[in-house]
Amino acid sequence: MKNKYSVFSLIKNAFSYHENWQRAWKDPAPKKEYDAVIVGGGGHGLATAYYLAKKHNMNNIAVVEKGWIGGGNTGRNTTIIRSNYLWDASAGLYDHALKIWEGLSQELNYNVMFSQRGVMNLAHNLQDVRDLKRRTHANRLNGIDAVYLSTEEVKKFCPIINTSPDIRYPVLGGTLQRRAGTARHDAVAWGYARGADAMGVDIIQNCEVKGIKRNGDIVEGIETTKGFIKTKKIGVVAAGHSSVIANMAGLRLPLESKPLQALVSEPVKPIIDTVVMSNAVHAYVSQSDKGELVIGAGTDDYVSYTQKGSHQIVEGTLNAILELYPIFSRMRMLRQWGGIVDICPDASPILSKTSIKGLYFNCGWGTGGFKATPGSGDLFAHTIANDEPHKLNAAFNLNRFVSGDLVDEHGAAAVAH
Amino acid sequence: MFLINCPYCGERDQQEFKAGGEAHIERPKQPTELSDDEWAEYLFMRKNIKGVQFERWNHAHGCRKWFNMVRDTSNDEIKAIYKMGEKPPSQ
Repeated sequence: MKNKYSVFSLIKNAFSYHENWQRAWKDPAPKKEYDAVIVGGGGHGLATAYYLAKKHNMNNIAVVEKGWIGGGNTGRNTTIIRSNYLWDASAGLYDHALKIWEGLSQELNYNVMFSQRGVMNLAHNLQDVRDLKRRTHANRLNGIDAVYLSTEEVKKFCPIINTSPDIRYPVLGGTLQRRAGTARHDAVAWGYARGADAMGVDIIQNCEVKGIKRNGDIVEGIETTKGFIKTKKIGVVAAGHSSVIANMAGLRLPLESKPLQALVSEPVKPIIDTVVMSNAVHAYVSQSDKGELVIGAGTDDYVSYTQKGSHQIVEGTLNAILELYPIFSRMRMLRQWGGIVDICPDASPILSKTSIKGLYFNCGWGTGGFKATPGSGDLFAHTIANDEPHKLNAAFNLNRFVSGDLVDEHGAAAVAH
Repeated sequence: MFLINCPYCGERDQQEFKAGGEAHIERPKQPTELSDDEWAEYLFMRKNIKGVQFERWNHAHGCRKWFNMVRDTSNDEIKAIYKMGEKPPSQ
């Protein structure tokens, strides 16, 4: 890498008042033709480009992004990373990502602030207890670290939780994945962009896809706001807007795009050093390095592309947060926002070829795509380069909605989708 | 959040309603003769339009009746509301 970041480069640049840092990635105009074009410059898209260049020697490729990189759901999520999924296919997929996360800062020479502070999932009723125990066992059979905690152990691990038996949904236990945690979402996009750019990938921002040109069942290129780009392979990683791109190609996807909200509080001193999620009352919270509480709310039930959600969704989440953490009752919320998430009927993603040759989709991550960013990019790059899925994403094909072989993580995952 | 004009109760807060997804998806007349592809199309594939979409809503915390809505999903603007069984307005 041309400008390797290190303590020495930091000291060197300190002498020139940090005025001579090079830009981390170029701002090229699109070429006439690429070997592959990735549509969508979020974490998953940039990671796909990075691994295409790094592992598959495809350097004549581009990422086109209609806004700015990392400005969509990559910059809007609550940064939780875990792999404690129930089914074998999901466990394989998400733990593949978690293993890459563990060395990602070193690999990218960019601090993604990956923090393995643990993720705890709470049980509030008998069925939760049974489900979480079952999931713990399933995780361990798949080689994923998981332990079941009693109410006392939950309290010990996170003392600010109200474990009184008198609350509406008392804490009956929980699970803990210690390898899980959080990362800095923007840094993930920027790190992958810088890494991909260094290997020759063109990252083209403010470039919206307007159409997909195909000759019969073979793609020929994309129409964009910066002109036509010829290519034989198009990898669509457009999250909430996947259906919009699919409609351009005359494809239908099993997706619905819905607003998902999150909010952060004013910054306070360290109070919660882990991530706590509750499926039953739908509240999850962690604390950012700046000190803000990062709180995830739920999705609305209607299709919308507005990046806004309903007030009662946030209210419901905050009610749950306050019952579980009475200490937060006088905290003020600083910001609230929405992102558009593309949800599959089985709440599992699609990383797949399509009926059109050269057109690939990476979508349907729904409410939980951030955690999978490195693994998703790696496996999607494999799928595009070889025109065949990797064994870890073979189950996440589009054809599962025809065969009925769904990866039904609905409610089986650690948080409601 | 927006207001919805229920055809039976009048204007109410959206919180009282439940969205029921894409409208006018007809149940196959001969289910036994359907191929797997056609089942997938009927059960799972959705238009998921960014723009004007036809959808079903239920006044869950009101009269509990179903009705149809034409809504622009890019700005949540409601274009038309009509009862079940009525012909959709032409857009």
